Amino acid sequence: MNYREAITTITELLEDQLVICANGLISRETFTIRDRAENFYMIGSMGMASSIGLGIALSKPSRKTIVLEGDGNLLMNLGSLPMTGSLQPGNLLHIVLDNEVYASTGNQPTISNVIELEEIAKSAKYAYVKRVTTNEDLKREVIHTLKSEGPSFLLVKISDNAEQIGIGRVTHSPEQIKERFMSAISGKR
Amino acid sequence: MHTSEDFAQELIDSGYDFFTGVPCSIIGNLITNLTDRPDVTYIPAVREDAAVGVASGAYMAGKVPVVLMQNSGLGQCLNTLTSLNLIYKLPCLIIVTWRGFEGKDAPEHLIMGRTCDKLLDTVGIPHHNFNHDNMKALINMSYKLVTENREPLVLFLKKGIID
Repeated sequence: MNYREAITTITELLEDQLVICANGLISRETFTIRDRAENFYMIGSMGMASSIGLGIALSKPSRKTIVLEGDGNLLMNLGSLPMTGSLQPGNLLHIVLDNEVYASTGNQPTISNVIELEEIAKSAKYAYVKRVTTNEDLKREVIHTLKSEGPSFLLVKISDNAEQIGIGRVTHSPEQIKERFMSAISGKR
Repeated sequence: MHTSEDFAQELIDSGYDFFTGVPCSIIGNLITNLTDRPDVTYIPAVREDAAVGVASGAYMAGKVPVVLMQNSGLGQCLNTLTSLNLIYKLPCLIIVTWRGFEGKDAPEHLIMGRTCDKLLDTVGIPHHNFNHDNMKALINMSYKLVTENREPLVLFLKKGIID
């Protein structure tokens, strides 16, 4: 399973859930595969996806909020895991696509080849933690965690052969991304 | 000297309804007050950039957030402020305690104490200073600025203005 397959599987299962997409390939790929108002695309502030998602989840408990980020993003703001675990937002689903590299900058290694990130999420008291290695398991786990109480954490092992050719860039401006995302939040309870 | 309780009440009465941050001794009582109050929630953050990130999410979900930190934390969250808040126009009030003001403090505070206001000028974040007389006026004005301009705004708080 590579990036594109994982993001395709996840986005096909979405209804009105809010998704914070981390900067780099994850935002670009999600935008290319399924652009929607409920997606907040980050273009900077690496590491902050999980914090932004936490702020939304706490402030809007009636909406399922998904953080979609990579291993490099998570490692940059690892303190976010215990913050989330201590606050226990039941509506938060945290998905980490782990390819063990910084794919957006050309596959320089992270450290997740030797560090099991899902074990950190367990220690941080996420209510549900799963390590996923196949597309079939990913589909099953996303269906399950979208319905169940969290905070949930899915560590999705993917290959590092991201095809960067042909991936679009997010064409909306940062302000446009924010405005339509906020409308998508306030439009529904 | 204002009480921390009055200070917290003024923030809430002005319309702020989401609080997060990282402690400093100057705002220790303020954070205790916000934590103990039944009418608001204070989210303890592990780092200043995480606090700004959480506040930004809260804003998009309908809150008007306040972030509390020491000026040392400005360095920690500068990238989030410049590559998230300023470009997406995600506002928050940031109350920053000014350690190292006029060079009177421990060595680790002196460089940031000398430069924190200029740092904000350089990246284009507006800032004002609390003094002994302007607490209510400044908090009220800040709410108008934050919600209308949709940008982060820093209010510097030196030692001795709140208890």
